[in-house]
Amino acid sequence: MLLTLADAIERFVPDGASIALEGFTHLIPFAAGHEIIRQRRRDLHLIRMTPDLIYDQMIGMGCARKLTFSWGGNPGVGSLHRLRDAVEHQWPNPLLLDEHSHAGMAAAFCAGAARLPFGVLRGYLDTDLAAHNPNIRRVTCPFTAESLAAVPALNPDVTILHAQRADREGNVAIDGILGAAREAAMAAKMLVVTVEEIVEKLPPAMNGIVLPHWVVGAVVHCRGGAYPSYAQGCYARDNAFYQRWDAIARERESFSAWMDRHVLGTRDHAGFLAQLRQEAA
Amino acid sequence: MNPCTREESMTIAAARLLWNRCVCFVGIGLPSAACNLARLTHAPDIVLIYESGTIGTRPDVLPLSIGDGELADTATCVVPLPEIFSHYLQAGRVDVGFLGAAQIDRHGNLNSTVIGDSYITPKTRLPGAGGAQEIAAHAKQTFVMLAATPRSFVERLDFRTSAGFLDGNGARARSSAHGGGPRAVITDFGMLAPHPQSEELQLTALFHGASIDEARSKVGWPLALADSIDTIAPPTAHELDTLRALNARTKAAHARRVEIPL
Repeated sequence: MLLTLADAIERFVPDGASIALEGFTHLIPFAAGHEIIRQRRRDLHLIRMTPDLIYDQMIGMGCARKLTFSWGGNPGVGSLHRLRDAVEHQWPNPLLLDEHSHAGMAAAFCAGAARLPFGVLRGYLDTDLAAHNPNIRRVTCPFTAESLAAVPALNPDVTILHAQRADREGNVAIDGILGAAREAAMAAKMLVVTVEEIVEKLPPAMNGIVLPHWVVGAVVHCRGGAYPSYAQGCYARDNAFYQRWDAIARERESFSAWMDRHVLGTRDHAGFLAQLRQEAA
Repeated sequence: MNPCTREESMTIAAARLLWNRCVCFVGIGLPSAACNLARLTHAPDIVLIYESGTIGTRPDVLPLSIGDGELADTATCVVPLPEIFSHYLQAGRVDVGFLGAAQIDRHGNLNSTVIGDSYITPKTRLPGAGGAQEIAAHAKQTFVMLAATPRSFVERLDFRTSAGFLDGNGARARSSAHGGGPRAVITDFGMLAPHPQSEELQLTALFHGASIDEARSKVGWPLALADSIDTIAPPTAHELDTLRALNARTKAAHARRVEIPL
């Protein structure tokens, strides 16, 4: 099903939904996150291994009630100030944390993808996280009696990915760093993918990552949809923007002003990108 | 040439701990600089793994994030992240894990989660575990890099994100952790290493110009001294040139304007 981004968010992301916008540094679906902010969604359960700037923005704009995550920083730069403000000062509202390690969250997505009730790993050993998160428990191997960590499967109501291309049938091809995008896609009850381009037919991909059309609920054509993250082969990660974000997001006032102007003040992602281009010129 | 900074000394000392063909799980920041410096000097066939799924990567500039395109472009292969943690790290296929942290205690346990008494309402919320706790658990050995102050080298962690030697005296070996734990802590006055029996970190080496007094003043517990304390050989011109060129290329690349797609 080919939709506009506004229609896809309107139809599939109601208030209160659990949503995973996945993509590990690469292919982060910024356009979709911005559209959720424009449509003023509330009480969302946000799921992402690395919240990154997109969840910093959604948290700061009051979209979230809960966050499932495993590393919440601005990579190579420092803090996510809006996430910190929500945790440290409950601004703009309290945020419930469901915190994991990367390995734990990966196991939870894998279990979700396979529709198993929990994921298992040799993890969380002799550390404090399990004492603060009831979603981290121990199970005993029935064969060896080894004690292992167990985490409940993650099955988001909606997973949203960004990818390089889809074909007319709705098959989606992804190149480059995947993170847990494939597992998050297969774990979801509904999968929406924004893509750089739609082609008649995808080239044969023997072992490449293709999400076949019947697991893809909706495809949205959205060029530049990962910016300021990146799409391998299309455009690079805007590392200078990630560095600038530190100053923009540090104070509530500068953050709100930036979001008002660039996200709420633009009609769609093309408008957002055009405005940034104009400012850069 | 300008005299080298302590940060450069730390990076070069850490790079020297790595050997050719070792399989190294790399974190962002100083560890990434150290691992790539090793690759560009004495360890050309080191295998660098970043948790984003890139294996055998040979970046020309240091990545800002753990998943920059540069890492994928120059990798032997790129695998899904769950495989990195299960098939490689958990399966024991990583020789060295490199970790940073906000706090370390005398047994090499690490905190990168919260500062303050409460997890729910922390004074400072830090990024969290990421890959650290499983790297600490499963890598055959780990090296830790962080600058020393009494607030970072602490008597008691505010939160234990990643396990070192727990309470020492073999506690880690009695736990179910498979990896060997921290073998070296590289900090701005020199290096610490665990005592063979007690597993308490003790001062084993100082940088040229650093002193035992400086080390003691920066560590928040009574710092034990090894039987002999080495002086770390100063950086060679080749090491320093290579590191500075790498950092200069990196800085230019990260500041480069990216064409905004439309």
